Amino acid sequence: MATSTVFVAIFLFALVLLVFSPIMTWVERKQSALMQDRIGANRASILGIKALGLIHPLADVIKMITKEDTVPTGAHRLLHLWSPFIAVVPAIVSFAVIPYGGVYEMWGTRVSLTVADLDYGVLYVFAVGSIATYGSMLAGWAGNNNFGMLGSIRVSAQMISYEVALGITVVGLFMIFGTLKLSDMGVLQQETFRLFGFLEHFGWVAAGTKWIDWITIPMWGIVLQPLPFFMFLTALMAENKRAPFDTPEGESEIVAGYFIEYSGMKFGLYMMGEWIEVVVISALLTAMFLGGWSIPWLPEANIIAFLTPLLGDNMANVAAMVLAVHVFLIKVIVLIWFQMLIRWSMPRFRYDQVMDLGWKILLPLSLANIVITALGVLIVQEVTR
Amino acid sequence: MRTALFWILSVVAIGSSLGVIGNLKSPINSALNLVVSMFALAGLYILLEAQFIGLIQLMVYAGAIVVLFLFVIMLLNLRGSGTTGAENQPVLKAIGALIAAGATLWLVRTLAAGRAPWPDVGPEFGTTRAIGEALYTDYVLSVQVAGVLLLAGIVAAVVLAKKKIG
Repeated sequence: MATSTVFVAIFLFALVLLVFSPIMTWVERKQSALMQDRIGANRASILGIKALGLIHPLADVIKMITKEDTVPTGAHRLLHLWSPFIAVVPAIVSFAVIPYGGVYEMWGTRVSLTVADLDYGVLYVFAVGSIATYGSMLAGWAGNNNFGMLGSIRVSAQMISYEVALGITVVGLFMIFGTLKLSDMGVLQQETFRLFGFLEHFGWVAAGTKWIDWITIPMWGIVLQPLPFFMFLTALMAENKRAPFDTPEGESEIVAGYFIEYSGMKFGLYMMGEWIEVVVISALLTAMFLGGWSIPWLPEANIIAFLTPLLGDNMANVAAMVLAVHVFLIKVIVLIWFQMLIRWSMPRFRYDQVMDLGWKILLPLSLANIVITALGVLIVQEVTR
Repeated sequence: MRTALFWILSVVAIGSSLGVIGNLKSPINSALNLVVSMFALAGLYILLEAQFIGLIQLMVYAGAIVVLFLFVIMLLNLRGSGTTGAENQPVLKAIGALIAAGATLWLVRTLAAGRAPWPDVGPEFGTTRAIGEALYTDYVLSVQVAGVLLLAGIVAAVVLAKKKIG
């Protein structure tokens, strides 16, 4: 493994764990407060400095760590101990395949902003994500609590149901891009296509007409596959078990569901897992549907070519890299905001509604999408040949 | 590195497989041993450059099928009886012992005969693209037949599960 990869890995790990996860608690509190017309987190302070409630995450950590760690009577001790870790680790390791930028050459080394640029990146995320089910499922069972059991059963049914739809919704995207590799998808999404190019192909306008070349659209996944973007987001949010899909927690019916018997930092790990998952979902959607690290109509090669005379070859690459990471993170933040918006504006679905949405709406729609996309890809191939 | 990984994964796979059949007291523990065994198998696949198969192994078996096993065990709240029901059936026991002995003999014979050197594989081997091409060109008939079989399975499951259709 190249040294640069190790640095990238450490940087991303720090970014995810030390920055995003605590900040998410603040974002959630502040955004919900704004949406519900409250003032929001503003009590925690150090020497009177409140910093917009940013001290709260710190207070949370102190509270979680100093709380008594209880293990209920009759619990399966080993599983009770390990379940929170099984729940949180998949979310963290998913970041390994997320491309935060392309490949940059500086001072003779190639720096790739993907820690593990796997040929089957998306499949890896799905495979790892499917393991997270155990973390929630075993938690409820191991605690020797009937509410926990009910939560476990709901978790497993819900996650299995949405895993089916999850994989199938994005098959159309794979067909168009012809790859499962997330960094390749990022590169492909920097390209543009001419919206009215077909007019020229069929000879309906003269070849070389100027305005046809002007109207271009970036080849982002959301442009090519608008419906699957929302279906994929829905399925991922259901996998994450946050409201409106939080029937496994169902405070009003089963108290807290699967993590009812957890206290202190073990409970904290479940919350952390959920928040990290929100970031994973946003990063995955950005990489697959929102063009990754690309700025629309501005290919990265052009940026580097523009900056090279100004800054020199190496610094131009560094600047492009920094820009790429920022563009990527801005898109991620927008998607986090969007998920929070959904989480705080929808009531919890009833259990049968969750199941109906997964099996009767998402699954048939995604299957239909495969057929339609396949036809579209075939037509485009035939026409442009 | 590879050899070390191979040994670790193999030992884990065999150990957890024994755990599956050895855990008569608790069906949940059996199922969890099965998960570990699936994990080790997936690792072995990836070690053999069959990454796609390895990940599908994780996704489908570890991530879905065993979850369903656990789901059923939890739903029915099964507690192990400590017996398998085979204790009072000497004929079954004898047949099982014979099959096991035969399989072991076969394995020992094969291992003793030595093996040919591993064939070299190209960089494309085991990638999603290579598997997709193989499945949809050379083996397209098998894929279709398997699809029909699965469809029949789904229809049968619906017919069996639904008391009233329509």
